[in-house]
Amino acid sequence: MEALMTLIIGVLTACGVYLTLRGRTFPVVLGLTFLSYAVNLFLFAMGRLVIGLPPVIADNAAGYTDPLPQALVLTAIVIGFGMTAFVIVLALKARVELGNDHVDGIDK
Amino acid sequence: MNHLVIAPVLLPLLAGVLLLLLYQQSLLFRRILSIATVIAQIGLAIALMVAVSSGDILVYALGNWPAPYGIVLVADRLAAGMLLITGLLSLCVLLYAIRDTDRAGRHFHVLFQLQLFGLNGAFLTGDLFNLFVFFEILLLASYGLLLHGGGRLRTRAGLHFVVINLTGSTLFLFAVGTLYGILGTLNMADLAVRVAATPPENVSLVRAAGLLLFGVFALKAALLPLYLWLPAAYAHTSAPVAALFVIMTKVGAYCILRVYTLIFGDQAGPAAHLIEPWLLPLALLTLIVGTLGAMGSTHLRQQVAYLVVASIGSLLTAFGLNNSAGIAAGLYYLPHTTFSAAAFFLLADAIINRRHPVSDRLDPGPAMAMPRLLGGLFFITAILVAGLPPLSGFLGKFLMLRATLTHPALPWVMGIVLVAALLSLMTLARSGSLLFYQTQPVEVAAAHEDVHISEPAPVLSVSALAGELAPAVALLTLCLALTFWAGPATDFAHSTAEQLLQPSAYIHAVLGNGGNH
Repeated sequence: MEALMTLIIGVLTACGVYLTLRGRTFPVVLGLTFLSYAVNLFLFAMGRLVIGLPPVIADNAAGYTDPLPQALVLTAIVIGFGMTAFVIVLALKARVELGNDHVDGIDK
Repeated sequence: MNHLVIAPVLLPLLAGVLLLLLYQQSLLFRRILSIATVIAQIGLAIALMVAVSSGDILVYALGNWPAPYGIVLVADRLAAGMLLITGLLSLCVLLYAIRDTDRAGRHFHVLFQLQLFGLNGAFLTGDLFNLFVFFEILLLASYGLLLHGGGRLRTRAGLHFVVINLTGSTLFLFAVGTLYGILGTLNMADLAVRVAATPPENVSLVRAAGLLLFGVFALKAALLPLYLWLPAAYAHTSAPVAALFVIMTKVGAYCILRVYTLIFGDQAGPAAHLIEPWLLPLALLTLIVGTLGAMGSTHLRQQVAYLVVASIGSLLTAFGLNNSAGIAAGLYYLPHTTFSAAAFFLLADAIINRRHPVSDRLDPGPAMAMPRLLGGLFFITAILVAGLPPLSGFLGKFLMLRATLTHPALPWVMGIVLVAALLSLMTLARSGSLLFYQTQPVEVAAAHEDVHISEPAPVLSVSALAGELAPAVALLTLCLALTFWAGPATDFAHSTAEQLLQPSAYIHAVLGNGGNH
């Protein structure tokens, strides 16, 4: 499970970095989204990966998973979601005002 | 528990929400509400300054959950000082903004208050994840403010600003996640205790996370090579927003100072002095690049923006000396550079408005109205920014250079700071003579442009003129006050630096006896 998780985070980050460095706003927005997915999974995994254990106190629990990263990742998801919405609107505004979708507003 | 600590965070939040709900009220009402809130914040900041001036560290546990399980807000001398600087700056900026900037969009005052909410929270929080959240709040508000009013260049600069800050936020989360994964806490005081006791196999991971955090803070502070977003963003936004954003780079500098004296300070064992090899050289390079950028600027506001970059270089050079005298010099220099750069942005706007059709470009333009008044203000600002005697800029640089006397990097710091001061003096002298002496008739200036000669700007009445220039004059007066009361100001800076270099008091205040390990 750890190997799979690592691989997913790594691939998402690599895709995110590649897309963020592109010249058009749409790939950049997608790249930022990939990066935020990667960091959300990473934060989640920082509480250590366990299967089938409750995060809150239960009478018959064999052990617990760390609840804090789940709370952190929830916050990060909400913030990331808002930021993505904002940057999409901004990219559309830039497309309208600059006349093209290049991040520097140059026509190619 | 002292509720004074949370008040500067709650007040702008409530005012922001209230302004959002009352958006149908008259603009006058919203202006008065906004200004009254900012004045109240200054009052709160002064009350906090008085409360912490004895050296006490006030801790506010949210929901009364004890640290490190709950989230804490912590007010020490540094946090209270930053709150006061933010309050004074934002009052002057707001007074300029209510002339007409806030007409350009409906929610200027909402965004302004939320920006202050994020700033105050970032200065007061004692929790690393909360610092991230407050960063996001202040950034989201700043995106709105930056784009306020619209325009092509503004949108393009805004897009770059947003994308680079979103990437920075992602890196911040990676660093926070790594620290939590290894140390199991995000409370800054608790982190300080646990970093010192890191087992050897995890030291390199902790160091990597610490350096990643430094990258994020360097991005916010606009340290070389992460400063490239700043000149375009500051040069193309509206003048009051640019003036307010001067404090945003100081947030990065504040975080560097806080995190690397508290968590990775002297007591951090294997991770101590983490950024020492990086901070001083990068700060000096930033100073050089900022000064060269100012020299090569073709537009007045671009020049001011590059001078902001240079001032961050000076500020972090002082912090990078990593001794008590250096940090104290930086803390004296910080309010000076914030107020003088903000005054420069406001003054540049007043000058640009009188130079139609050349406006922002540093080319000979038509003679402007009231050259003596504007020129005099420009002269005072230039003296402050370049650091000439007898004003506070000189005192700040002098304290900084005195702190380097025993430092091994003395020749580098001395040489670069003095040459940069000379170069910025030359730059400002050239701009000043170009703006005020090398004038030419409107027709000649317009001949180079493809624009119509519009009606000359109507001569402003005395009260309108006072409204335009009073905020910049108020900011300059704050710098003069820093000069006249340099004694108390440096005393406060020294005691703040001493407090920062003794993190055990902070740790003890937050964790209680659990901090005694």
